[in-house]
Amino acid sequence: MECLIGIQGPDFVLVASDSASGRSIVRMKDDQDKMFKLSRYELTPHAAANFTRRNLADALRSSSAYQVNMLIAGYDDANGPELYYMDWLAALSKVPFAAHGYGSFFSLSIMDRYYKPGLTREDASELLKKCIEEVQKRFLVRLPDFFIRIVDKDGVHDVSIPTKS
Amino acid sequence: MEHEQTYWFPILQLRNVHCHSLKMSRRYDTRTTIFSPEGRLYQVEYAMEAVGHAGICLGILANDGIVLAAERRNTNKLLDEVFASEKIYQLHNDLACSVAGITSDANVLTNQLRLIAQRHLLQFQEPIPCEQVVSSLCDVKQAYTQFGGLRPFGVSILYMGWDKHYGYQLYQSDPSGNYSGWKATCIGNNSVAAVSMLKQEYKEEEMGLKDALKLAVKVLDKTLDITKLTPDKVEMSTLTRENGTTKIKILGAEAVEALIKEHEQVKAEEAKQSRCQEINCSFNL
Repeated sequence: MECLIGIQGPDFVLVASDSASGRSIVRMKDDQDKMFKLSRYELTPHAAANFTRRNLADALRSSSAYQVNMLIAGYDDANGPELYYMDWLAALSKVPFAAHGYGSFFSLSIMDRYYKPGLTREDASELLKKCIEEVQKRFLVRLPDFFIRIVDKDGVHDVSIPTKS
Repeated sequence: MEHEQTYWFPILQLRNVHCHSLKMSRRYDTRTTIFSPEGRLYQVEYAMEAVGHAGICLGILANDGIVLAAERRNTNKLLDEVFASEKIYQLHNDLACSVAGITSDANVLTNQLRLIAQRHLLQFQEPIPCEQVVSSLCDVKQAYTQFGGLRPFGVSILYMGWDKHYGYQLYQSDPSGNYSGWKATCIGNNSVAAVSMLKQEYKEEEMGLKDALKLAVKVLDKTLDITKLTPDKVEMSTLTRENGTTKIKILGAEAVEALIKEHEQVKAEEAKQSRCQEINCSFNL
């Protein structure tokens, strides 16, 4: 029921996550921040992604597997912006755009159609807006709000966060 | 004598009566890593001493690379050439080391170093930073000075490496588990003299790899207890970056021979000049 979207540009990565938190048929919270800042650790996005993948893969083959999908967005001076897609089966890949959850069925086709490699921040924001609007229009489950952040050489910045939080 | 006998008697009795206390004394015997009353760790100091008797190793950091050179002690024409090098080991793509001390201990440690590096590569899919390898190994070395009643490793190591964070790096670690980074340093027999020579001759910011190689030969020539330097007595290696990858080379006998020859020419030249100066001086007088 949850939705994550990520778009990588030439010097930034734009990421969005819905703010709903629920269990079964119940919505318990609608200002849940599902993004976590990892920059405390001195790892490149590549190393961080592979480290996470390894842990997830090891856990998957144990009795206490995690069931989590994630997008890892980061910036590193040598490699520039990077976006990694990883599902709960610990399949990791570096991608220019990505989406998780039911929202991906609606947004991937839009990003496939409109994504251009050199897109500006404004272009990316427009594209993200298109995706979110489609999700909110077509998807059966209501996802009223999204956390939207941008990752660039200066760190992680809020673009828009739910008014409630 | 009589006094001694009366002294031992109660102890023997004790052993027979209380098996328990026997165990206690055994437990203390196994602790080799305890402080002396003067606050020293003898086992660690003895390990450093063992390194002090080992063949010399030296490392020099240059602008465009690093040099490691080591003295080869086991020279015998009957010895089968199983290994390309006796004292310089490649640890992973961007790191090599040279060891001074007990070779069998060193084999255990180089094995550990390779494991540390490969584990990092497996976990992060990225090469391990140089200092992290060194500090991880030093954790192992330190543990032997504190736990388990085993002797410490009688090995000092020089590491030359490259990583994307700090570029070319030269480290040294010793049996106590201390490590430090250097521009040029030396371990093993006669290392104090070699270090003071390096201190005099090392030109900061101006050292190229060629200068470093020349300096290495010069220092080895002065500090080794042999009359003439030969390629079978020394082992030399370089680490450089070419087209975005690290190249670690162990110099062949011809390359080392050439370096020695060049050094000998310079030495002869200098000797001639100083002789001329002496003559001039005596004329002036």
